Amino acid sequence: MRDYLVLRVIAKLMIAFMLVFALYVQFHGDFGPGGGFQAGVIAAAAIIFYAIIYGLPAARTVVPDWLAETMVAAGVLLYASVGVAGILLGGNYLDYFVLHADPVEGQHRGIFWVEVGVFITVAGVMLKIFYLFAGRPGEEEEGK
Amino acid sequence: MASTAVAIAVQRNLFAVVVLFGAYSFLMATVLVALDAVDVGMTEAAVGAGISTVLLLGTLYLVRKEEMKPLHRPLLPLAVSIATGAVLAYGTLGLPAFSDPDAPIHTHVAPRYIHDALRETGVPNVVTAVLASYRGYDTLGEVMVVFTAGAGVIALLRRRKRRMKEDRQ
Repeated sequence: MRDYLVLRVIAKLMIAFMLVFALYVQFHGDFGPGGGFQAGVIAAAAIIFYAIIYGLPAARTVVPDWLAETMVAAGVLLYASVGVAGILLGGNYLDYFVLHADPVEGQHRGIFWVEVGVFITVAGVMLKIFYLFAGRPGEEEEGK
Repeated sequence: MASTAVAIAVQRNLFAVVVLFGAYSFLMATVLVALDAVDVGMTEAAVGAGISTVLLLGTLYLVRKEEMKPLHRPLLPLAVSIATGAVLAYGTLGLPAFSDPDAPIHTHVAPRYIHDALRETGVPNVVTAVLASYRGYDTLGEVMVVFTAGAGVIALLRRRKRRMKEDRQ
């Protein structure tokens, strides 16, 4: 679809807003609707949109395969390590109260990092699945 | 929404079915917003209408565009789904009325969350507080599920790629 001028221009305009909206949903999740799951999906959708308009190789230079794969595991590890941090600081697993001298501030910190972990994993999985699905036809044609 | 569902069942052109699925997901998202579940509505719009449509279109690229004529009569599956639907509808008769404040689900831990979440976590959005803090362990499990799904898809499709390379040699 690289030949359609209107799509290219609109896509370029929209993708920036989509990514900003994903970050807004991510970091405003404490106050409005949203959180890591929604933000991760929206961010992945923005990259997939880019891949549809500009082609898969272009998207792969923006978010390479190894990065998407690393994100899949890194998010879970970040989430789990927040729990371990709670143990090391003398609390229970996933106990946020001990993360800061002020318990409420500690909760804030815990929720923030947990949501970041969710965001990374969800975005990584969505992108990776899309890459695998979209990458297959070309390879099969090569195989024939 | 019902007309979209019927159209999906009747339609034989798979491209039209995929597009109708997208429309159905958007309608579902509006229903969820009407039920005040904005978070779920957002996810439905992004995953159901956005990403899965793209994935289905990607699959459509690999298969034929028209659905095959079914080999058997659709009467038995139709009867089974109507019976299951009737049982489920009968089951809802036993549930408390919608948004009934005395329903068991609203009297167990929900009042504590609503009263104390802001004071204890400093997060005004109770949904986020419950999801990430009170039920943090559950959410960790959910992230594990997403991770496992991703790892499973990677394992399945990767292997196929390698086999294809071996075939070529």
